[in-house]
Parts: sequence; C-alpha cells; structure tokens
Amino acid sequence: MADPVMLLTAQFPDLGAPVAGPAPNETTFEVPVSDVRAVATWLHRELKAGLVQLVGVDETPLDGTMRLYYVFQVSGQLLILRVAVEHEFPSITREVPSAHWYEREIQDMLGLKPVDHPHPAPLVLHAGWPRHLHPLRKDFDVASWPEREAEAPFAFHGVEGGGVAEVPVGPIHAGIIEPGHFRFSTMGENVIRLEAQLFYTHRGLEKRAEGLSLEHGLFMAERVCGACALSHAVAYAQAVERLTGCAVPKRALALRTVALEMERLYNHIGDVGNLCAGAAFAFGNTQGMRLKEELMRLNDRVWGHRWLRGIVALGGVRRDLDGPLISDINRTLDKVEHEWQEIIEIILGDGIFMDRVRKTGILPNEVALGLGAVGVTARASGVDADLRRDLPYAAYGDLNFQVPVYEAGDVATRMQVRLVESFESFDMVRHLLTNLPSGPIVAKLPPVPAYGRAIGYVESPRGADLHFLMTGAAGDIYRYMVRSASYPNWAVVPYAVPGNLVADFPLINKSFELCYSCLDR
Amino acid sequence: MFKLFDKIRRIPPATKPLDLTPAPAGSRGLPVVDPAKCCGSQACVAACPANAIAWGKDAGWRLDLNRCNFCGVCAEVCPSHAITQTGIFALATRDKERLVGEEPDAFTVEARKLQEAVRSMLGRSLHIRHVDSGSCNGCDWEMAHMLNPVYDLQRFGVDFVASPRHADMLLVTGGVTRHLEDALRRTYAAAGEPKLVVAVGTCAIGGNMLGETYAHHGGVDKVAPVTVYVPGCPPRPEAIIHGILLAVGRLSEVEAL
Repeated sequence: MADPVMLLTAQFPDLGAPVAGPAPNETTFEVPVSDVRAVATWLHRELKAGLVQLVGVDETPLDGTMRLYYVFQVSGQLLILRVAVEHEFPSITREVPSAHWYEREIQDMLGLKPVDHPHPAPLVLHAGWPRHLHPLRKDFDVASWPEREAEAPFAFHGVEGGGVAEVPVGPIHAGIIEPGHFRFSTMGENVIRLEAQLFYTHRGLEKRAEGLSLEHGLFMAERVCGACALSHAVAYAQAVERLTGCAVPKRALALRTVALEMERLYNHIGDVGNLCAGAAFAFGNTQGMRLKEELMRLNDRVWGHRWLRGIVALGGVRRDLDGPLISDINRTLDKVEHEWQEIIEIILGDGIFMDRVRKTGILPNEVALGLGAVGVTARASGVDADLRRDLPYAAYGDLNFQVPVYEAGDVATRMQVRLVESFESFDMVRHLLTNLPSGPIVAKLPPVPAYGRAIGYVESPRGADLHFLMTGAAGDIYRYMVRSASYPNWAVVPYAVPGNLVADFPLINKSFELCYSCLDR
Repeated sequence: MFKLFDKIRRIPPATKPLDLTPAPAGSRGLPVVDPAKCCGSQACVAACPANAIAWGKDAGWRLDLNRCNFCGVCAEVCPSHAITQTGIFALATRDKERLVGEEPDAFTVEARKLQEAVRSMLGRSLHIRHVDSGSCNGCDWEMAHMLNPVYDLQRFGVDFVASPRHADMLLVTGGVTRHLEDALRRTYAAAGEPKLVVAVGTCAIGGNMLGETYAHHGGVDKVAPVTVYVPGCPPRPEAIIHGILLAVGRLSEVEAL
C-alpha cells in the first residue's frame, strides 16, 4: 500500500504540510474543524484507518483555543489530525462509529459539543454532576468537590411489551469484581437487550496527573490498572521516550518484553481459569487459579512485585536479570507450560463445558470492526490486529510469533485465542532469555521539550493501550490521556449478549475479561 | 473424565501455611531508614511520587503509609544508602496514627502475636462482602486470590457472600469515588450489626497518588468507619488475611463489652 501520508496529502491538498514526529511513525496534520468530518471519513472508508484515540486538550492558556487530536492507525503509521475547536465540533460517529464514546467523553470533560452525535448523553460524569463544570478545563480545580445538582437518573432505553422483565445488576456485584451497572431486558430466560452504565470508578486520574513531573507520572501510569500495570507503565514510558528521542538500551527493551509476556501469561492463564468459573467448571477454575498463582509468585521472585509494578524506568528498566533468576524463570515456565498443556486438554475435552461455551456470546465481525474492538476480543471475531506485529515496539520487531485470528467470535473462540497466545508467550520468553543482549539497562533521559506531544502504545493482555502525553512549559505533564483496551471493548459487549440466557452473562463477560478502572480512570 | 480425576490425583496439595514472615529482599515491601546513615539530603522526599515521606532536622525521617505505594524509589535515590526496601508486608493496623512514622517492628510484633491468635480463631466463621469503591482492580484480584487453592481462605472459616445482608465484614478497596459513594453507604447500611470494615490497599487508606480529587474522596473512612487498615499497593493475599484476622480479634473485644 502506498504511503498513507502521501495519499492523504494528495486527497486533501488544502491541508497544511504534514509535520512528522516526534517518532518516525507519527505524522500530524492541521485540519480546520469544518473539514474534519470529510478527512476522518475518507481515512476510515478509503484507507481503512482505525480511529484508535481521540483526545481533547484545553490549550486556551497557550493560544486561546481548545484542540482535538484524532489518532488514526493505518499500515504501521499513526496519523494525527490536530483540530482547533471553539465550542462545538462535528460528530463523526455516524461515519466512524468508534468515535462515539470519545466524543461524549469530550463533551463531559471539556464542554465541547459534538454536533449531530446520534446519542449525545453524558458518559463519564454520572447524573447529579453540575453540567456547567468540565474537569479537564484548565480553570477547573482538581481538588474541588462540586455539590450534586438535581438531575434525573440516566434513562435506559429498555424494552416494552407483555412478558418483558428488567433485571438490574450492580454496581456492587455478588462476586469479587469491579463495579458497573447492567440493565437486562429479558423475556423468560432470554436477554433481549443489555445496557451498561459504566465509569463508576472514575477517579480523576488524568486531571490529577496534570502538573506532575514525567518521573512521577510513571507511577500514576502503573496505577491505571492492576491487571495490566506493566503494559500501562511501558506505554507511558514509551510516550516519554518518543517525546524526548531517548534511545532505550537493547537489553532494557528485551527485559521489558520478557516482563510484558510474563504479564500476558499470568493474565491469559488466569482468565481461562476464570472463564471456567463462569460455567461452574470447578476443575478448570481451580487449576487456572493455581497456575496463575505460580506465575505471580514467579513475578515476585524475579521482578519484586506480583503485579509487575516497579520494573519500568523512563529510558529503560529498574531491574536486571542474572543467571539464577533466568533459570528460575525457565524452570517455572517449563513446569507451568507442561501442566497447562495437560489441563487444557482436559478442559477442551469436557463435552458439557464445551457445549456451554460454543456459540455463546457471539460478537459479529462487523460490530468488532465498526466499534474498533481490540485484543483478544477483536482477534476472536476476525479482526487481524496486534500492535506487537503492526506497530512493533520494545523487542517485538525481532521476534517471530503467531497472531491467532478466528471468525466465530463466541466464548470458546475468545478462550482459544488466549490458549494459542499463551503458548506463543512461553516461547517468546524462552527465546528472549537465551538471546538477552548485554549492556546497560537504562539510558539517561534527554531534556524534555516544552509543549511536546507523543503517543506510547502497548498490546496489553487485553489489547491495545494508547497513552497520549503532552508536556507543559516546565516539562511537566500538561495533558495525559489513557485509552486502554477496555475502552473500545466495553462498547461491544452489549452486542454479544442478546439472544443468550441471563445465566450466561457472567460467562460471556468473563470471556471478554475487561477492566473497569482503566476505562473509567 | 478419567483424565480429569487422574490429573487431580497427581497434583500435590497446593495449600500453603499462612506465612507472614517478610518476603525476601528485593520484593517491594516496607521501606525502612537507618537513622545513623541518614544524611538529611531529602532526595527521597523529592523523589517520592506519592508525597509520603517527611523529613525534619529533629523529627527525623517519617514515612506515611496513608500514601506510600511501595514503589521503592526512595531507596534508589538515597545518596547515603540509608533506606532499604524490605520485604515486610504484614502491615495491617487498627490505629490510623500508627500508619505514620511507626517503627517497622511494631507491625511485625503485631503480626507474630497474631499468628499465635490465628490458631484459636480457626473455629470462627466470618462472612465477607467485597465492595470496590474505585480501585485499580489490583486489590480486588488479590482478594480473589485469597480463595485460590494456595491461600484457601475458607480454611480459616472465612468466606465471601453475595449480599451485604449476610456479611459480618466489608472489605473495601479503592478510595471511594463520587459515583460509588452512595453504593458504599447503602452497602454499609445493609450489613447487619456488628459490622466490621477493612480498608484494603493504599487507595482505601489515604487515596494513594490520587489523594482527593473532584471524583475521589481519597479514603474509605471519610464515608464509613474503618476497623482495620491494610497498607499495600496492592497488599498481597497474606497481608489481607492478616488484616481480616486482626479485625476479627477486635470483634471479640466488641462482644466482650
């Protein structure tokens, strides 16, 4: 395929000259707000570019305007449309459906109105929030606590008719999981419609990060999510390194990759076990939990943290591996892999369990594609996407690995993707450990440019995480936006549930295995 | 089916005794200062991302477990190598004051006493409801791991229940977001008396790096009375079990009154 930058320039010659950087695969176009719909639609339809992030930034203290940054991913490149906006902007949701939540979030957090949005309801800030206040505006005080205002609770669309019952669930659930509210419209045992209200754990993390030094911001990034803590830390560090042009030592890149694959392993193995719990298959659940615990203990022994926090430094890593630690990893992974193989054979051979997971919770390909689903969810529904291969980072460019893609889109397929990927991860870790480059593990960070901007990304166990980072005058954080894998994936869950039994929802939900905290921030 | 039973038969028992001894050095536990070596450079104060360290010429070095997330940067930046990051993790305490500037020994002594008390409590039954008031899910997962075969929480007579009405204890993670404040209040009200609240993790204790924001109260005790605080980011399963058992010890005091 021809270079997308040239194609876009040829198609829209009136746009200003594209600005390359800060990283080689990033290019920014200044686009007038009147043209953004046409350009975005063309990128999406003609180049099949995916909208992977849409960030609003209050730049009024700098030059008196708000700005939106539309980030498109196409053939190994990130194309960024930089758009100055006054009070409103044209919604592109009808043409590029994956924009739907971003636009609503921008409306809540920055007070910019997406004109002609098909469903412009509040998203992040729940009923009762004073609607004239917008937390991500620079004149909003992060520590203020606005009083609740009278506002009707959010209306669910619901379903009407004889025999239809509504089942409300959450935000406090019966199990040990995160909070969200689900509204099922049911007919007997069957779900007709599912609506979800999320963003209960919205903590104001992005606003709190503003003004932090880049060094301190790293620890905020580690706390976006527990289960993908390392992926978020690496994504953030990469944003900083791309911004400053820091050359991370080869050994550090390899060590990061080892740790990232160890994160994928404990997640995938634990998630398959957890999925068995959704079908009350105790054997699979218990064995999955047991092996996950072995891997978490390995994390603790090798990296000092069960959740792999405290590994990444800006410009490298904080921990090195020596001979005994490497052999500990190899020994433990060999044992776990052998057991995992045995256990999987039993799980896949269990007729009752397999009957429960096949053809359950089907996510159609057009929904996954249209709403920009990522990760395991996307690959199980026929979307061939994996940032490790498509936009290689860390040491992935030097690795050979299989990206499993299937069409069926049901619970069994999402499980299958995890199984295949887990064995790829075992192989990748072993390969990396035998070919570990020597040298330093951290490079000194070059000076931080004022008002610089960069994007870091990682394919976490759940899919693509993108961290948008902009620095202020003193090289501190001016704006930080985390687009986790759960962001696009939560939007597709309600499409996979109708037609299934209410009792299968926990199973379907576990097969997506999404986080709330990294969505809500 | 034969393979399944055969596999179960071949797996040795996975459950481990509850071990509250500190993890090996290198594990991200409690940072400890050697006052004799402290040079007063305050490099740690500036480097701490959670703003958890205070230093005064007379007061000396004080760590605030309301905020510390055990990242270990203080130990890395100390020019005189006065700070070591230990593997001490059993840090649960009933008194919030103890979270600031306490000698690490105070926690471990309590832990040792507790281990002796654990045996006498094995017969007790305790039902727990988990409430996520806005965590990053790390604490929640460690709580779920208490039920895995290695920690096997049920052996202590402790189990999770689906409804607060059946619960004696609320294990609360997260620092109470604006959107979950109401849910936490209502869950607390629904639990029967006497009820215990354990704040699990640094966010639940003092808000971690987020502190107080427009959407985050920055601590469970701003909304509900807390019986026991369990520091950690996240606390490991043993540390949470330690906190639960500590809280139960208090329950027997309540009953004695």
